[in-house]
Amino acid sequence: MRSTTAGAATPAVAFHSVSRSFGDVLAVREVSFEIADGEFFAMLGPSGSGKTTCLRLIAGFEQPSGGRIEIHGDDVSGTPPYARDVTTVFQDYALFPHMSVGENVEYALMIRKVAKAERRRRAGEMLELVRLAGLYDRKPAQLSGGQRQRVALARALINRPRVLLLDEPLGALDLKLREQMQLELKSLQRSVGITFVYVTHDQGEALAMSDRLAVFNHGRIEQIGSPADVYDHPASAFVAGFVGQTNLVEGYLAQRLGGFPGNYAIRPERIRIVAPDAPVEPGWACIDGTVVSTTYLGASVRVQVAVEGGELAVIEQNLDGGPTRAGRGPGAVVQLQVERRHVQALAASAG
Amino acid sequence: MPSDRHGARPGIALRTAALGGMLFLHVPIAIIVLYAFSSESKSFVFPIPGFTLKWFGVAFQRPDIREALLLSLQVAAVSTIVAMILGTLAAAAVWRSRFFGREAVSLLLILPIALPGIITGIALRAALNLAEIPFSFWTIVIGHATFCIVVVYNNVLARFRRTNRALIEASMDLGADGFQTLRHVILPNIATALLAGGMLAFALSFDEVIVTTFTAGQQSTLPIWMLSELVRPRERPVTNVVAVFVIAVTFVPIVLAFRLTRDTQDVAGSTK
Repeated sequence: MRSTTAGAATPAVAFHSVSRSFGDVLAVREVSFEIADGEFFAMLGPSGSGKTTCLRLIAGFEQPSGGRIEIHGDDVSGTPPYARDVTTVFQDYALFPHMSVGENVEYALMIRKVAKAERRRRAGEMLELVRLAGLYDRKPAQLSGGQRQRVALARALINRPRVLLLDEPLGALDLKLREQMQLELKSLQRSVGITFVYVTHDQGEALAMSDRLAVFNHGRIEQIGSPADVYDHPASAFVAGFVGQTNLVEGYLAQRLGGFPGNYAIRPERIRIVAPDAPVEPGWACIDGTVVSTTYLGASVRVQVAVEGGELAVIEQNLDGGPTRAGRGPGAVVQLQVERRHVQALAASAG
Repeated sequence: MPSDRHGARPGIALRTAALGGMLFLHVPIAIIVLYAFSSESKSFVFPIPGFTLKWFGVAFQRPDIREALLLSLQVAAVSTIVAMILGTLAAAAVWRSRFFGREAVSLLLILPIALPGIITGIALRAALNLAEIPFSFWTIVIGHATFCIVVVYNNVLARFRRTNRALIEASMDLGADGFQTLRHVILPNIATALLAGGMLAFALSFDEVIVTTFTAGQQSTLPIWMLSELVRPRERPVTNVVAVFVIAVTFVPIVLAFRLTRDTQDVAGSTK
C-alpha cells in the first residue's frame, strides 16, 4: 500500500483553497487537498457536486476563480492545457473521428514531431498494452464502446503523462464490461505507475478501485480517506448515505444504540437479527422490533424492522437460500443487536 | 427508387403527376441544350432543321463572351474565397462562444439570402454611392459575398453543431496549441462541409443576375451578357451554347457538394 498522506514527497496535485464560479453559481468552494505521486485517487459525488470541475481545473480547461493549484510542485495558474504534463480520458472518449485508431493514439507524438517510424512503433506498443493490437488502421466509428475506451486510454498514456485524469470513463459501458474494465484500469495503473485521478458518481467503482477517495457535495469535499475509512467512519450524514447504504438515527433511537444523544450512522450489514430473548454481549447495543418487510436481493436479504422511535434496515447474508429465513417474515418479533463501535457518530452540523 | 424499397408501388395517378412535374421542370432545359446544336440561326423552330457544332466555335471566338466568362469566373472565385474565410470564422464564433448579440449576428448573417436580391442590390448601390466607391470588379465581389457567406456559414455551422466540443479539448490536452488544433482537428472535421459550402457559393455567384445588375457598372458577367443578348439577339444559338456552359459550371459543383455532405453524414452521425 502507498502511504495515504503526501508525506515529505511533493504531491502530484495540490489544491490550496481553490474556488471556481460560473456566474452566480459556485461550482467549487475553497477546496484543498493533495494527491500523492502514483496514487489512484477517486473523486466521488453526485452530479453537480463539483468533482468534474475539479478535474477540468487540473487539466487546465478551467481556471480557478480563487486559490492555487500545483502540479508536481509547480503553480499552474495560467498554464494552458497543452503545456501541462497531464492528460484526460474523456467521458465520451472524444476520439478524432477523421483519424484511424493508430493516428489517434499517435496524436501527441505527431504534435511533438516525433519521426513517423518511432511514432508507429510506440503506438503499436500502447495498443498492445490496452489489448487492441492489430486495430491500428480501424476508424473509431468501427469500434465497440469498450474498444473506444481503450483507444482513449492508449492515446492519453502514450506520452507518459505524470498524471492521468479520467472523467467517468466507464459510464457509457454496460455493467459486465464495466466490472472487467475496473480491474483492467486498476492493474494498468499499477503497471504504469502513473497518478490516476478518477471522477465517478458510482460509489462501488470508487471503493473498488481507489487508494483514496474524496466525497464531493455542493462544491465542497465532505471527506477524504481510504475506501475503508470513508465507508466505516463516514464523517457526515451525506457521506454515510452516498457511500453505501446506511441507517441514519437520531433522538431516542440514537440515545439507545449510541449511548449518547446525537446523530449516528449504522451500516445495515452490521446489525444482526436474533431471537427476542437472546443474551446481549458486552459492548453491544440491542433493541426489540417487528419485521415490516423483506426484500430478496440474491446474495443477501434486506429486512426492514420497526423499532421504538423508528425503523432500521438490516442486510443479512443469504446463507440458507430461499426468499426469507425462518422467523423473518413480516410481523415476526425479533431483537436487533449491533456492536457499539459500529454505531458511527456523525458531525453535528452534517446534513 | 426509394419508393420501391417501402414495398407498395405508387398508384398510376401519382406516377403520372410525378412524371408531369419532372417534364415541366426539365423539358425547357433540354430544349435550351437542343437549340445550342441547331443549324437555324434566326429563330427557334422545332424540330431543329439540322445539327451543327459550329456555334460552339463561334461562341469561343467572340471576345465579349470570353470577357464575360472570365469576369464571372473571377468574381465567383474571389467571392467564394472571401465567403469561405468569413463564413467559417462567423460559424466558429457562433458555435464556440456565447456572447451578447449572438442570435442577432446569426440572423443578420442569414438575412441577405432571405431578402429579395433586388433589395440587397438597391441597398448596396445606395451604400456604394453614398461612400463614393466607383463600380468595379470589387463591388461585384462585395455584392456576391453577401449571399455567398450565408451558404458557407450555414454549412459549416451545421457541421460544427454535430462536432463534439471535447475534440478541441482533447487536442489541446495532448499538447497541441490553438493553431495545431485548427490544422489537425478542426479543419479536417469541417473540410467537406466547407468545400460543399464553397461549391454552392461558387454556383450561386456564377449565375447571379439581380445583385450584379446593381453593382456592376459597365462590366457584364456571363448572366448579364445573356440577359442583354435576349433583348437584342445576334446569333440565337450562341446564347444557348453559353447557357449549356453555365448549366455545366453550376451543376457540377452542386452535385459534388451534395455528394460531399451526404457521405460525411454517416461518419458524423456514428461518432457523436
